[in-house]
Amino acid sequence: MATIVTIIVFILFLGAILTGGYNKELMARFRSHWLWDWITTVDHKKIGILYALGGGFFFIFGGIEALLMRMQLFYPNNDFIVGRTFNELLSMHGTTMIFFVAMPLLFALMNVAVPLQIGARDVAFPFLNALGFWLFFAGGLLMNLSWLFGNAPDAGWTNYVPIAANEYSAGTGIDYYVLGLQISGIGTLIGGINFLVTIINMRAPGMSFLRMPLFTWTSFVASALILFGFPPLTAGLFLIMFERLFGANFFDVAAGGNPIIWQHLFWIFGHPEVYIVILPAFGVMSEVISTFSKKRLFGYTSMVFATILIGFLGFMVWAHHMFTVGMGPVANSIFAIATMAIAVPTGIKVFNWLFTMWGGKIRFTTAMLYAVGFIPTFVMGGVTGVMLASPPADYQYHDSYFVVAHFHYVLIGGTVFGVLAGLYYWWPKMFGYTLNEKIGKWNFWLFFIGFHMTFFIQHFIGLFGMPRRVFTYQPEDGLTLINQISTYGAFLMAVASILLVVNIVYSYRHRVPAGNDPWDGRTLEWTISSPAPFYNFAQLPRVRALDAFWHEKMNGRKEMEPAEPLGPIHMPNDTHLPFVMTLGFFVSGLGFVFRSNEVGVLGLIIVILTMFVRSFEKDHGYHVETDEIEKTEKGANA
Amino acid sequence: MSTAELEHAKTSAGLPPHPERATMEGRNKVLGFWLFLGAETVLFACLFGTYLALKGSTLDGPTTQELYKIPMVAAATIILLTSSLTSVLGVLGLHQNNYKKLMFWFGVTVLLGAAFLGLEIYEFVEYVHEGHTFTSSAFGSAFYTLVGTHGAHVLFGITWITALMIQARRRGINLDTAPKFFVASLYWHFVDVVWVFIFTVVYLMGKVG
Repeated sequence: MATIVTIIVFILFLGAILTGGYNKELMARFRSHWLWDWITTVDHKKIGILYALGGGFFFIFGGIEALLMRMQLFYPNNDFIVGRTFNELLSMHGTTMIFFVAMPLLFALMNVAVPLQIGARDVAFPFLNALGFWLFFAGGLLMNLSWLFGNAPDAGWTNYVPIAANEYSAGTGIDYYVLGLQISGIGTLIGGINFLVTIINMRAPGMSFLRMPLFTWTSFVASALILFGFPPLTAGLFLIMFERLFGANFFDVAAGGNPIIWQHLFWIFGHPEVYIVILPAFGVMSEVISTFSKKRLFGYTSMVFATILIGFLGFMVWAHHMFTVGMGPVANSIFAIATMAIAVPTGIKVFNWLFTMWGGKIRFTTAMLYAVGFIPTFVMGGVTGVMLASPPADYQYHDSYFVVAHFHYVLIGGTVFGVLAGLYYWWPKMFGYTLNEKIGKWNFWLFFIGFHMTFFIQHFIGLFGMPRRVFTYQPEDGLTLINQISTYGAFLMAVASILLVVNIVYSYRHRVPAGNDPWDGRTLEWTISSPAPFYNFAQLPRVRALDAFWHEKMNGRKEMEPAEPLGPIHMPNDTHLPFVMTLGFFVSGLGFVFRSNEVGVLGLIIVILTMFVRSFEKDHGYHVETDEIEKTEKGANA
Repeated sequence: MSTAELEHAKTSAGLPPHPERATMEGRNKVLGFWLFLGAETVLFACLFGTYLALKGSTLDGPTTQELYKIPMVAAATIILLTSSLTSVLGVLGLHQNNYKKLMFWFGVTVLLGAAFLGLEIYEFVEYVHEGHTFTSSAFGSAFYTLVGTHGAHVLFGITWITALMIQARRRGINLDTAPKFFVASLYWHFVDVVWVFIFTVVYLMGKVG
């Protein structure tokens, strides 16, 4: 296997020499290709679209894995997919859906909306933004390559040792997990830092912290969680990598190690992670509900406070995933109480959404349907969450389908509904046309019904005693009918997902320009043309209130008052270096997976060299001149 | 105006007093780097936790009391702490727009960092001879991961600062290079602070506890 990798690396090098060094014509042909434009882009709106495409791409894999598992569970004693393959499916499904679907789709929305909402021309670090995307994509690709090369990770998305140790998971499956997540994790950390700095440093004049739209606030807190939540994962993955590749003994009890260390490190990351994927979805819901109720968000300040509190408490509860490990009653009680406390700020949010709708002029667009459908669904997930937070009860629920039902209620009912609402809501700002509402409503209802059909019944599958991560059950268990209903529901969700694709194609074919402000919006992104010009704001807007655009509308103005005269705008240059650096990481990851340390080190050398090239490069960007801005603005408004 | 202020006004002609924060890019870089150091802190905290959990698992190998030699580690500590001081003097040169001062003190910083690294490598080689290796026990794995990660940070730091000095030689101090030096010195201080914790938690507590 190492030979294959070496050959691949050799070809890559040859390619680099041919394209960069000698064959100038070939390079010119590359550069004029439309793909080159996307590979080198540093524009946050384009990177947002790339994130959405990447997330959608991996969603296909994660979805098929889920359907295969539900097919296996359709009959008792089925032998369609058993044993290790089933373990690989469940591990890859979980890992893919969390890291390579939920995270990138939320980053897509953050990239598209956050700079526009705070009135910024760009993110703080356009280069790192591109690098973050490519690292995520390379990590996902590396992990999914495991299907082609024989064995996929099979120790669950939590990758517990010792079942993830060499002894119990032979082959290279877990190595794909470790290196794939390591690479995409670096990308996520970079993205988190980027959004923190963007939101702190780049707000438009007058955009104080308490005038920021709630989606920006939740993205801000989620980025802070990424900043402090991802390093424990990095540390844990290093330990597992050293253990598997270089013979370290962190987790091997015979050599004095302790497998619980991995559980702690994983969940110190893992619990903040679930808030990282839910908080931006809360933000989307707040924007959507406020816009389509035509009311200011009820209790804005308490919403902000609740978001920060959830973020803070998110770090205090990790051990509730480990109640059955045997930490003792004192530790279990402390973590149980901290966990239950999170229900308070979350409850504040739920009531604020309800009171925002109360007395509002509600329009049931598809985005609003997802937001309204989200509220009861998420509350159900929250209630089962509080049930699980009680240690004595958790001893009964632990590792049963009840847990599976719980986290799908919060992850699909929360995150996925939020992402879909956000896509329908910001689609016109991304592409300039709205998605079809009629297909959209079919999409919502099929997805909503399919979801509850799949997962509501899984609470009972769990209470009747079926453990999770097990590939079959017996006819006399009495679980056949409810498992079959669950499978039917999963296929209904698949139909709904296909309908979303149909909607995108249909709406593109029948597109009509959406105009600047298709939803009668309240925030700054609706003040500029759709899709937004590459420099975002010709003149930075002066923000005078929360819901800045709505404030101007209520005062009889059609647009924002500019905070600066029209002048040349500074823009960063496109660059291919993020892609090259990612290639280095990818080669390195592949090398270590195949236990070919030379190739692994070679990849890292490419990374370091690219860093130096970047540091020495004189890249001051360029200026968009005033007459070009005027021309673009006129074209957009015509 | 005092003499010091006059001196300052003379040397910093053309550059604002805090060149690292004079541009938006510079401000973003400094803030972003502080945040990154926050993430690094958590990373090291995890490695410290792992070490503390496993430091008793020495199996047949030498224990912490038998292994650690405080005089040599103390020498390494003094070297690294001094290098933090010299990097401050380098940043002072940056603020005074004094190219020679900047280059001299950052050069000293790199040399001290390399000396520290040399001592650390010598120490590791010694330990391996005494049967304390990466794979000998859980303690070995945790020790080399924690101290080795710090050493890797030192190595990256001296490579980075060297590269910046090459840049400064070509371009001098300007609004583009100033934030880079400033951020590199932040990094260097951070690496130093981590070492203070390693010296205390690993070496001193390993001797006493």
